[in-house]
Amino acid sequence: MNREMIEKYFRKEQLPHIWCPGCGNGIALAAIVDAIDSSDLDKEKICIVSGIGCSSRASGYLNFDSIHTTHGRAIAFATGVKMANPEMNVIVITGDGDCTAIGGNHLIHACRRNIDLNVIVFNNNIYGMTGGQYSPTTPKSAKTATSRHGTVERQFDICDLSRSAGATYVARSTVYHYRHLTDMIKGAFKNKGFSIVEALTPCPVQYGRRNKLGNPPDIMKELKESVSLTDSSKIKIGVFKNESEPEYTSEYHKLVEAEVGKYE
Amino acid sequence: MSKRLLMQGNTACVEGALRAGMRFFAGYPITPSTEIAELLSIKLPKVNGKFIQMEDEISSMAAIIGASLCGLKSMTATSGPGFSLKQENIGYAAMTEVPCVIVNVMRGGPSTGLPTCVSQSDVMQSRWGTHGDHPIIVIAPVTVKDIYYMTIKAFNYAEAFRVPVVLLLDEVIAHMRECVELDEEIQIVNRKRPATKESYLPYRNEDDGVPHMADFGMGYKYHVTGLVHNEKGYPTSNPDITEKLITRLHKKIEDKASEIVLFDALNITNGGDLLISYGSSARVCKEIIFNEKVRGIGLFIPYTLWPFPEEQLIKLIKDNNIRRIFVAELNTGQLLLEIRRIVGNTCRVIGINKYNGELFTPEDITKKIEEAIE
Ligand SMILES: Cc1ncc(C[n+]2csc(CCOP(=O)(O)OP(=O)(O)O)c2C)c(N)n1
Ligand code: SF4
Repeated sequence: MNREMIEKYFRKEQLPHIWCPGCGNGIALAAIVDAIDSSDLDKEKICIVSGIGCSSRASGYLNFDSIHTTHGRAIAFATGVKMANPEMNVIVITGDGDCTAIGGNHLIHACRRNIDLNVIVFNNNIYGMTGGQYSPTTPKSAKTATSRHGTVERQFDICDLSRSAGATYVARSTVYHYRHLTDMIKGAFKNKGFSIVEALTPCPVQYGRRNKLGNPPDIMKELKESVSLTDSSKIKIGVFKNESEPEYTSEYHKLVEAEVGKYE
Repeated sequence: MSKRLLMQGNTACVEGALRAGMRFFAGYPITPSTEIAELLSIKLPKVNGKFIQMEDEISSMAAIIGASLCGLKSMTATSGPGFSLKQENIGYAAMTEVPCVIVNVMRGGPSTGLPTCVSQSDVMQSRWGTHGDHPIIVIAPVTVKDIYYMTIKAFNYAEAFRVPVVLLLDEVIAHMRECVELDEEIQIVNRKRPATKESYLPYRNEDDGVPHMADFGMGYKYHVTGLVHNEKGYPTSNPDITEKLITRLHKKIEDKASEIVLFDALNITNGGDLLISYGSSARVCKEIIFNEKVRGIGLFIPYTLWPFPEEQLIKLIKDNNIRRIFVAELNTGQLLLEIRRIVGNTCRVIGINKYNGELFTPEDITKKIEEAIE
């Protein structure tokens, strides 16, 4: 991240950030900023909405209108923002727990409505902030603070889930693949409808340590090797869906246009 | 100029809200509040407003906060179980000082309870439902006409003090039809917006303790968080800042309590007794007072349950040498606790309670009073 970007988009007095050394959240945030910078979004009309978690602290660092909401509810707050002022470019920053456990219901319904939100999930497969308990995306058998003998539950595939719930832009990348991740986010901004980008990101402190994954560079290497654009034996990255469908606030606006002025 | 209309309580709430300038509603259906959502789904688009049926009450509460930050006066409506679900985000609105109105049409509880029956058992929840020390304003109307005017008041208070306001309706008043006279001249209050972007501090302590609020999307680019925050809106755990913030949140309401409180005192007699009641129960009490079913008793109706017209009640008791107080409510004794706290041991406070899903009859109340007098 170059100095110019920090000057342009960050609340410098809020830095340094709270994230641990080796955490991937900063890279994911930088990719969002790069994507914003190279997009044609009206920079005066960007709203960052986040939930609660390490990842969700990101909203406080960016110099836009921003709401750090309650745990799991970022998409619901964002729905109110977007409906109240459809000119806003709404970016939701959320964690895997925030987005798919406590906030799972809001996620699928926002997908179904196809409301024009851009959701970037920082998926570190763990509840980082509360000390490393298993989340809906923790791989089976992984060790966490609440599954010391290995997680028994199966995991969600955030992209599959969102796609089948009706999201119109669905993509995955990793913080290792910085350029690719930035492109995925740019794609989300271009879609007028519900867009979700799953950014795989390491949590060396709460996940890496317990699962003996080594130091942060090792974990990064492992992350790089675990994914592929083409090899179906690996976790796939890329754009899984990009379709144009009627967007919720535009559809609602048609109703308002037909009815406005008829109040008595 | 005024217009007389026969309307249902829930309709009066809708009309009052629209008159106050409400332009965003998010809700989830639940008896006995559903008419409010249904009507607003029809009426809001007609005034260039927005209605959305969310996936639950948690998201409804979240959405109205988001919309209010964009400058729209916002409301949600629900009943007991849904009111419970809204609580975390009601606390968020209190902490972040986002104006909004929450209508809770009370039904019998706990749990799913008595969905279609009258009850006044959410009084304490309306005050203390969310965690943490926080300010809130709670208004309990008695008639359909009250609902219309007090819904407008609720928005005025929410805007003036940047606080969530709970409109606590009784099921029977929400569903009752009465004549309402709609005045043309009504005072509408709007939140104070900053005059300039220069040196804007979203949580600055202004003279009245209420910071000026910029609309999102106007280039102010400020941060809102439920964490303890400084004047810039940024998180902090500094003990001084924490204490100042929590104190200001309370004081902005407490200092203005005498302007906020709404109450009626009827038929007060020197050396007599006093009935205290609100909502549908107050209607039954009025009947007792006006038909002199019991002699020497007056009626005190608090419309704002919080802040409670505390000083006004204490003065009334002192000035009139009130001997005994009866608190009539459809629960096991919730406002009773508050009245006991306020009057201390200056006079006896006796609860008259009913919680079987039915309204009081005048006899329910007069019998209790007579028993106590004997
Ligand atoms: C209602 C509620 N329940 C629980 C919590 C505690 N909590 C805070 S963050 C968090 C998990 C965050 O995990 P995730 O969304 O994956 O984000 P990460 O910290 O890993 O970035 C939990 C459970 C809370 N703040 N609010
Ligand atoms: S706990 Fe994990 S996710 Fe949270 S800041 Fe540290 S490394 Fe990052």
